[in-house]
Amino acid sequence: MISWPNLVSQLFNGLALGALLALISSGLTIIYGTLGVLNLAHGAMFMIGGYAGFVAYQYTESFILAVIAGSLFVMLLGVLMERVIIRHFYHRPHEDQLLVTFGLGICFVELVRLIFSSQSQLVPPPALFRGITNLGFMFYPTYRLAVVGIVAVALGALFVVLYRTRLGMIVRAGIEDSVMVDSLGINVYRVFMVVFGIGAMAAGFAGIVNAPVVSLTPGIGDDILVQTFVVVVIGGVGSFPGAILGGLIAGEIISVTSMFNPGYAYVMLFAAMTLVLVVRPHGLLGVQGRE
Amino acid sequence: MTDNLIRRGLSRRGLLQTTAGLIGGAVLPGMPAFAEDKLAIGSYPAGVSGSTAFIGISVPRTGTYAVQGEDELKGYQLAIEHINSGHDLIKKISPKTSKGVLGKELKFGVADSAAKPNEAVQAQQRFISENKAIMITGGTSSAVAVALNKLAQREHVIFVCGISGSNDTTGKDCVRYGFRQNFYGQTAAAAIGPVMVREFGKGKKAAYLTPDYTYGHTVTKSMQDFLATAGWTTTTNQVAPLGAPDYSSYLLNVANSGADVLINVNWGHDAVLSTQQAKQFGVLDKMKLVVPYQVPFIARETGGLMQGVYAATDYWWTIEDKFPLAKMFNEAFEKKYGYKPEWGAENAYVSFAHWAHMCEQAGSFSPPDVIKAYEKGETIPSLVGEVHYRPEDHQCVRPVIIVKGKQQKDMKNKEDWYDVVEIVPGESLMQKPDAFGCHLGDYS
Repeated sequence: MISWPNLVSQLFNGLALGALLALISSGLTIIYGTLGVLNLAHGAMFMIGGYAGFVAYQYTESFILAVIAGSLFVMLLGVLMERVIIRHFYHRPHEDQLLVTFGLGICFVELVRLIFSSQSQLVPPPALFRGITNLGFMFYPTYRLAVVGIVAVALGALFVVLYRTRLGMIVRAGIEDSVMVDSLGINVYRVFMVVFGIGAMAAGFAGIVNAPVVSLTPGIGDDILVQTFVVVVIGGVGSFPGAILGGLIAGEIISVTSMFNPGYAYVMLFAAMTLVLVVRPHGLLGVQGRE
Repeated sequence: MTDNLIRRGLSRRGLLQTTAGLIGGAVLPGMPAFAEDKLAIGSYPAGVSGSTAFIGISVPRTGTYAVQGEDELKGYQLAIEHINSGHDLIKKISPKTSKGVLGKELKFGVADSAAKPNEAVQAQQRFISENKAIMITGGTSSAVAVALNKLAQREHVIFVCGISGSNDTTGKDCVRYGFRQNFYGQTAAAAIGPVMVREFGKGKKAAYLTPDYTYGHTVTKSMQDFLATAGWTTTTNQVAPLGAPDYSSYLLNVANSGADVLINVNWGHDAVLSTQQAKQFGVLDKMKLVVPYQVPFIARETGGLMQGVYAATDYWWTIEDKFPLAKMFNEAFEKKYGYKPEWGAENAYVSFAHWAHMCEQAGSFSPPDVIKAYEKGETIPSLVGEVHYRPEDHQCVRPVIIVKGKQQKDMKNKEDWYDVVEIVPGESLMQKPDAFGCHLGDYS
């Protein structure tokens, strides 16, 4: 029997989960779309954002400073990673890129485990957002409500950068045809560095914003990485709006399926991905024919 | 997930399959022929023909059970150190142990099982074939324990089970070569069930959070069966995969189920995360929480959410007031590792001490002889008093400790998380040995 309050609750929960997935996926898809690199260390970036924020919180007890520290740390890590390692792989086969980013992800996870052990670490939500809110039709954790808002603002900011700035214009042009952008005299490699930093920052930001919801362990990025890839495939590889749409769809599929039979949540998610791949191989909002 | 498969394949095996005693595992060729005139079986006598005996250890060092796995590993390491040095505590449990087991120094190798049966089996298979492991151990996941049971029986190498709560481990999947020190899920239900009925009353409604594998399903079933006798009903049973990243969808179903009590069967980080999120969703304001199979470290990891919560456990360090061996263990463990041991460490230590005792009693490492020593059902010491192994299913009959989370103001120190409410004698809790379909296999 479907209980309407439960259905509405799950739909809302799917929105909250989907928003977070959208944000992480947008970072992944921007990096892939611009640089052509499938960054398998993206889940680790998400995790590191959480831990960097956790450390900042330990010292400052300020959630806002934790969010800033977590995001900036991962952005710098992303830039460093791009400069030192990733740039050498732009013209290498995709399998090399996959393996090197995958290896980096493992190194990051083990390094964090070495420093912090496997025990869960808690980052409390800011005092303003603690407790539960009565939405009329349901009670919902206040902080999770706030996460939807925070993520929406972050996605809006990303949108502005991508669609309303010169950098964004270059990035979008780079997604379409990086050779042309290069030939126009734009230092594509510098843009690449910035793009990698922004993409990593999106994951790091999501990591610290999500930390009070899930608590931190070194392996926290593993599952999120898989879900993120599904989101990107559903939405269309390289498409920023696609990442948002894919995230929301994935969130709702996981949440609504869980209402009927939680064990099938991932089955339905992958079934949806397969369906999209069959009907629209380039994803719902992906650009057809793009390499 | 593909991700994890690749990870394990590419890295984990190489990086984490370790270490400490691999050096010692290689038995030197050309040593004098083994003195005992026994049938060669499994890794015997090849594994003990030198001056050492090798043990293969697989514990989760990554994944949702990593924290418990590390604690368990520390217990194994302390036990081996104590056995090799003839420590006083070991002598209390295994009086004939002087230095090593039967005079052989113990060496060991450690592999990360990640709580995955196939990884544990592969690692242990290597320890058996390459290092001639004379005993294997591991756990913190019943799926792993059941898989290693099968390996042990096939390879004729004794498996001393680590933490495993499933009824199947010494029930339908029991083997002649497997032994378990910690209790059945059914035993936990029989111990904590009366406390719940006494505390919350009859005819209550319960919602369950169940991890989707043998441990979760059997513990939930045992709890449901027991509580049904007091008129309790199940409003919902939310089954989640091991290592679920988020419990919000399950908890919304629980929140809307109208239950009086949430019975959280999850373990490891899954238990920590689901309990934290139950608080976030207001579930713990609506209904009482019970953890029928207590999770080591859950109190500290949830930051106080276990206050007032009942749980069944193998071990809680404050029982040292009643059991001198527990006090000796706590002191030795804390001195070496800097914190009070949890259940995983206790389980590991005692399991090894009992195995050493059985080898000494048998006067041989020959597996059939050691198995028969266990099967005598002799009463032997443990950290929680006298215990014995049932010959019919190789299950240790031991007390279950019921704890209740302390309020923060009552905590005497930072590790004083629980009051010990009751220490329930094991014998009264046990089902018949064949209740879960145990048929032990052959000796050879």
